[in-house]
Amino acid sequence: MGPTDGIRSAFAYRDPPPDMTAYTAVVTVRLKRGVLDPEAETTRQALSRLGFGLDELRAADRFEIDLDAESEAAATERAESMAERLLANPTIHDYSVDIENR
Amino acid sequence: MTVSVIQFGGSNCDRDAVRALDAVGVAAERVWHEDGLPDDPSGIVLPGGFSYGDYLRAGAMAGRAPIVEAVRDAAREGVPVLGVCNGAQVGCEAGLTPGAFTTNASARFQCEHVHLRVENAETPWTCAFEAGEVISLPIAHGEGRFEINEEELATLDDEDRILFRYCDEDGNVTPAANPNGSTDAVAGLCSENEDVAVLMPHPERATLPELGGTDGRGVLRAFAE
Repeated sequence: MGPTDGIRSAFAYRDPPPDMTAYTAVVTVRLKRGVLDPEAETTRQALSRLGFGLDELRAADRFEIDLDAESEAAATERAESMAERLLANPTIHDYSVDIENR
Repeated sequence: MTVSVIQFGGSNCDRDAVRALDAVGVAAERVWHEDGLPDDPSGIVLPGGFSYGDYLRAGAMAGRAPIVEAVRDAAREGVPVLGVCNGAQVGCEAGLTPGAFTTNASARFQCEHVHLRVENAETPWTCAFEAGEVISLPIAHGEGRFEINEEELATLDDEDRILFRYCDEDGNVTPAANPNGSTDAVAGLCSENEDVAVLMPHPERATLPELGGTDGRGVLRAFAE
C-alpha cells in the first residue's frame, strides 16, 4: 500500500444512491462588469511584457463541485444556493452555473 | 462589563485590540470563535488579521462562522461592534454593514499612515472628534478598496453612515489621498442603527504616544460609554 492510497480512497468515486444521479456543478464567479480587477490588469501587463498582443483580460474563479442530486434542476438549485451563500459576493460578483453528468 | 475580542484562526490583531482597549480603560478579553460569544458582552471587536488565510475572499469564511450569528443578534440589541481591517471585511461579508472590501487598486499590500476626515461626529464611534476633523491612523491591507453600488452608497451618504473618508493632511478628499481606490474614498462606515462600525484603518495601533499617535483612542472610546 503506497503512502497516498489512504488519501486516494477518501476521494474515490462512489456510486450515487438509488434515484440519484452523479453531477459536476461548475460554478463560475466573476467580477461584475465595471468593477476594477487589479490582479487581472497586472496579469494583462505581464502578458504584454512577454510580447503578446491583447486588449483586455478578465479573470474568474471556477469551482467544480461533485454532487449527487435527484435531477439536473435540483443540482442546479443546490449549486446556485452555494454561490449565493458563500462562493460569490453579490456586491461585486456575478456567477453562472453549468451542470455536467459525471 | 467586558468587551469580547473574537479570535479566528489567522486573526493577528486580537492582542493589540485588548491592549489598546486597556489603554483607554476598557476591560477586554480574547474569545476563541468556537467557544461562542460570552453572555452579555459590553462590546465586540472583530480584529484584524488573515482569518482562514483570506481563502476565497478576505473575511468570507469568518463572515459565515456560527459566532457571527451571535454577533448579529448582539448588535441588534445595541451591543457596539467594531470591525477593524480583516474584521471590517468580515463585517461586510456577514452583511452587518453594506458593501465589500476588495483588492487595492494598486494590487499591492499597503502599510502606511493615512489621514482621515471625520464625516459624522455624532455616532458613538466618532463623537470624540469634531466633524471635519483630520485624524491619522495606520493602514495595513491588501484588500481595502471599498466597493458598493450607487444606490447603497447614496443611502449611506443620506443617512450619514460614512464615518471616515481618506483625505490629505488638510482634509481634502483627493484621488492622490485615497490609498486603495475606495469608492467615494470611504474608509469606514456604520450600520443603520450605528451599533456596528467597520473601518480599514487600525485605531488600536494608534493608542500610545510612543507608537506615533493616539487618534485611535477616540474610536475605541465608544466602548467606554
